[in-house]
Amino acid sequence: MRIFRYDKSFEGLLTAVFDAYARKTFPDKLLGPDDPLPLFVTECHQVVTDSAKADRVWRGVYARSSREVCHMLSCVWLSEMPACEELLLRYLRKVFDGSPAVVTDFSDPDVLAVKKLADKVMREREYMLMFVRFQQAADGTFFAPVNPRYNVLPLVVRHFSDRFADQRWLIYDVGRRYGYYYEQGRATEITLTGTETQIPEKLTEAQMADEERLFQQLWKNYFEAIAIRERINPTLQRRNMPRRFWRYLTEKQ
Amino acid sequence: MKEQILDKLTILAESAKYDVSCASSGTSRKNRPGMVGSASGWGICHSFSADGRCISLLKVMLSNNCIYDCAYCINRRSNDVRRATFTVEELVELTMGFYRRNYIEGLFLSSGVVRNPDYTMERMVRVVEKLRTEHRFNGYIHLKGIPGASRELIERAGLYADRMSVNIEIPTEQNLKRLAPEKDYRSVYEPMSYIQQGLLQSAEDGRRFRHAPRFTPAGQSTQMIVGATDESDRDILQLSSALYGRPGMRRVYYSGYVPVNAYDPRLPALKQAPLVRENRLYQADWLMRFYGFRVDEIVDEASPQLDLEVDPKLAWALRHPEVFPVDINRAEYELILRVPGIGVKSATMIVAARRNGQLTAAALKKMGVVMKKAQYFITCRELTMPGVQELRPEYVRRLLISPAGRKGADANQLSLFFPE
Repeated sequence: MRIFRYDKSFEGLLTAVFDAYARKTFPDKLLGPDDPLPLFVTECHQVVTDSAKADRVWRGVYARSSREVCHMLSCVWLSEMPACEELLLRYLRKVFDGSPAVVTDFSDPDVLAVKKLADKVMREREYMLMFVRFQQAADGTFFAPVNPRYNVLPLVVRHFSDRFADQRWLIYDVGRRYGYYYEQGRATEITLTGTETQIPEKLTEAQMADEERLFQQLWKNYFEAIAIRERINPTLQRRNMPRRFWRYLTEKQ
Repeated sequence: MKEQILDKLTILAESAKYDVSCASSGTSRKNRPGMVGSASGWGICHSFSADGRCISLLKVMLSNNCIYDCAYCINRRSNDVRRATFTVEELVELTMGFYRRNYIEGLFLSSGVVRNPDYTMERMVRVVEKLRTEHRFNGYIHLKGIPGASRELIERAGLYADRMSVNIEIPTEQNLKRLAPEKDYRSVYEPMSYIQQGLLQSAEDGRRFRHAPRFTPAGQSTQMIVGATDESDRDILQLSSALYGRPGMRRVYYSGYVPVNAYDPRLPALKQAPLVRENRLYQADWLMRFYGFRVDEIVDEASPQLDLEVDPKLAWALRHPEVFPVDINRAEYELILRVPGIGVKSATMIVAARRNGQLTAAALKKMGVVMKKAQYFITCRELTMPGVQELRPEYVRRLLISPAGRKGADANQLSLFFPE
């Protein structure tokens, strides 16, 4: 079995693809720096991440496919699924070795899997656009804790920066322990440190801005009032708005 | 102030909730410096209420006082409901506060008719004017056109709103007159055509001048109440089809009649809103807008009502077995789209994927085609199942509508088909 070890970054993965073509040997398995070696290893290559090589591979993908395909590949990477790195590797080989039309060959299991996984990630991104709920803190910052299934925050920053350009806001991924803080045209990645390890779903009364409590109450009232009682349909509601988001939804708290 | 606005919001949201339109689609607009918000082309739903419907906009009435006495409306003047009116300032504050917290995409403003149509329309225009100019609001605004409003006001409103709508409510004029004696079709169609003319004019100007102001960039929509009167689905769909033929008409909504005024003898006594019928009408609407069906293919003289047991696309396929089977590897996109069980997404994928080689039934299934339905209507490389022609439409119909009944049979027993 042929093993490539890389640093578990996207650039590292692209460098691994570069190395594979340079060495003309393709790995059977990709491992992170600390993963234990399996039995019967015939060869183990250490990939040294090199952004120039990664860039060349990325430009190659772009030249052989399209912007949409590149976007799909980034989404697949952001899914952080354990099988996604090998899926990407197989897919990239098909893009480089196959015909230019291979990216639309949905009868190929890898091509279909990439599309489906990318669709799922994009759906999760959409859920973030829908279900992020800002609470205004006492200092005026709008704060929203989230806990998405896939690592989609990098995909939503642009939307929120554009929409709420004149606010200070913070969207924080509670599960992955990082977030984006936006102020005056710039969004920066941050990690909250300090005594508090647990990020609360809801700010306490003392942390809230003056009007925050009123607006939350107004929104809850509105949410109740807008439902037509003769047509209550909890199944449909849950299908459209899965339970896992309810923890962070003002109207459901 | 606090209790008062909480109360008002509850009353005025309750009054507005029977209007089904809540789309925030149709405009794509980036933020501009100094403004708040953006509009995303497809629209974003921000929450789903207990009835499962999307909440995308803050849907409220400016006032639920009304001089009219329409039988189907909860806000009719003879109803004893709590009445309230927002001030312009309150509503603007509310919209901005909700928007900044990502609760909503924008505002959907409607109103009961106070004093006269123009007076009402004028006040509504003042709200959106203030939102756009003073508060620099760049999100989505859907504004209701009041039937009977004058051209000048509609033209002013259209410059601030993304979408406007005037509701037809009842699909034939004599029934509208019976249920809403103070309204007629003229008062509905006139504002509609003002919007249409404004839209065409602004498109014309846009070709000549780069910075010409845009007039209702997301077009207009309308709504019909289903089940309050005796129109057939054919009447309703023919009217929608005619409306879709007009430039700028983007959506027709169907609202299953909820018996809000059960005491009125002019209205039918319903236990439940006709939800299945409403759903079938939406499916038929989709067929007209995205699947290239003409209205007379969906409902004709022989079958003026939609089939409640099967969806309109399947019903069409069963009425036209001569079109099938469709060869997935050869047929053009439009024909593939007509196969029950294949939607726009899978049809697009099929057309793209078959360039690389023949598609098999297993591949179709993986792509998301509903093979349970589609198997009777297609041929692909190796599928040799008996199709709708051999099995007869009536039999396929039975197979597809009673999955519960078939479960009783022994699942391990192979069945033999004797179509005669």
